[in-house]
Amino acid sequence: MKKLVILGAGTAGTMMLNKLHPILNKDEWQITIVDQHETHYYQPGFLFIPFGIYTCKDVVKPKRDFFPSGTNVIKSEIEKIEPNENRVLLKSGQILGYDYLIVATGAKIDPTETEGMKEDLWHKNIFDFYTIEGACALANFFKHWEGGKLVINISEMPIKCPVAPLEFAFLADWYFTERGIRNKVEIHFVTPLPGAFTKPRASSILGDFLNKKNIKLTSDFNIARVDNETKKIISWDEQEVEFDVLVTIPTNKGDECIARSGIGDELNFIPTDKETLIAEGYKNIFVIGDATNLPSSKAGSVAHFQADILLENFMDVIEGLEPKAKFDGHANCFIESGFGKGILIDFNYDTEPLPGKFPLPGVGPFSLLEETKMNHYGKIMFRWMYWNFLLKGVELPIEANMSMAGKRL
Amino acid sequence: MASKEYAGKMLELDADGNLVNLNEWNEEVAKALAVEEGIESLNDRHWAVINYMRKEFTEKGDAPSIRKLTKESGVDTKELYALFPKGPAKKAARIAGLPKPKGCI
Ligand SMILES: Cc1cc2nc3c(=O)[nH]c(=O)nc-3n(C[C@H](O)[C@H](O)[C@H](O)COP(=O)(O)OP(=O)(O)OC[C@H]3O[C@@H](n4cnc5c(N)ncnc54)[C@H](O)[C@@H]3O)c2cc1C
Repeated sequence: MKKLVILGAGTAGTMMLNKLHPILNKDEWQITIVDQHETHYYQPGFLFIPFGIYTCKDVVKPKRDFFPSGTNVIKSEIEKIEPNENRVLLKSGQILGYDYLIVATGAKIDPTETEGMKEDLWHKNIFDFYTIEGACALANFFKHWEGGKLVINISEMPIKCPVAPLEFAFLADWYFTERGIRNKVEIHFVTPLPGAFTKPRASSILGDFLNKKNIKLTSDFNIARVDNETKKIISWDEQEVEFDVLVTIPTNKGDECIARSGIGDELNFIPTDKETLIAEGYKNIFVIGDATNLPSSKAGSVAHFQADILLENFMDVIEGLEPKAKFDGHANCFIESGFGKGILIDFNYDTEPLPGKFPLPGVGPFSLLEETKMNHYGKIMFRWMYWNFLLKGVELPIEANMSMAGKRL
Repeated sequence: MASKEYAGKMLELDADGNLVNLNEWNEEVAKALAVEEGIESLNDRHWAVINYMRKEFTEKGDAPSIRKLTKESGVDTKELYALFPKGPAKKAARIAGLPKPKGCI
């Protein structure tokens, strides 16, 4: 029997399991998947919780609903990978040998990376919305908040779903307008990037949206510490921004098990070939999703495009062939912009987000880099697609590699 | 593509204003680039960072992140921002004659 071990049963790990399970011969292959949790969180839904649009129960399902029968599922924390021994040590004491390994352990926030972040005001006046706990605590806070200075701050790049903080700002504008207290809420978007977003055209268009919605933008702000007494965030070059409520996107890192394994970079992301998705230096280890160090967005849609490429390369490698499929960095993100509208961006390693129609040139139904109702429906539909197609590994009608058709240069 | 004179030589610049040809760089060019970045004179600590960045770039093909820089160059984050105010990674890369570091998104 050949052994395939998948580490992490989040978006990417579950997707790979569902793609490989039906095609690997059951008499020849044993597939094992390991995760520490029994619950699957729909992370894109966390964005909507603080505004009461979703509740906690809208974003969870048992992981076992998405495992094909006959899969060996182990619930345990992963202690470390020993890549030279081709084995994985689990916290439970179990040792798993493998012929091939797929690492999909994701990324998570680490507020302790910033001095003063996780102290007195944590989940009192300082919240994250990248965890279910943070999103729910913030929902409770907002319900009773009468207004003041709302500061949204990204600690450092990269973060997963790099558009989520902007969406949060747009939704906050909408939410406080609906509550009739928008004039009492000052929304301030503070980012280490040179503008609203990294890629120039999207950055300028999204920056205009911030302006239109009366959201103040401070760029090139690299946070050094939080002063809990005076309620200020302070940058390395001593700029200060006051807040009444701080919504932080703390430093994002790969899991500590990657550091323990000695295969990560300084943020515990795994150096991965940006085209083949094979771990640098290890022929039998593939990496997918947020766990990689690829210069693509860390997003579910990206993991989905990677999955098609990984599948092709995996099938080649086990046959002793060279991996041929090449990931191009394709990302496709719906940006919720409030008031029932959304913006869509589609881009890859080399091509920045451009205006146009998607996926059908000239037709759409979605519009790129424009605010439309249809784009908002796309975002809302994404949750349904996520549970019903994406996780189950069912093909979606979008190519893994980006297409220039329909885009205006 | 734009060109501009630094230390008496016409040098080609990329869209970000960084040198196109790494090997056209020398210490005089670095000093001229630094002035443009608002740094009047480069001291030993600036040079420690610049030299570390060039070494990393030659070995790895990419300029290091701030995190890597502070871990390995012996200059901590606070000092780094004092040396190269605002965007240290971006500024130090430009002065070191390297392309702008690939920001991940
Ligand atoms: C607020 C927010 C909004 C988002 N919005 C969008 C969006 O609109 N569109 C989009 O495409 N993406 C969005 N994303 C990003 C998307 O959720 C992630 O990119 C995606 O889930 C990545 O999948 P993954 O499998 O790499 O990681 P995950 O889904 O996070 O899975 C990692 C799994 O590994 C397990 N694991 C890790 N370490 C260990 C260990 N040591 N032992 C055992 N198990 C371990 C974890 O328990 C987890 O189940 C958003 C994310 C957030 C936080």
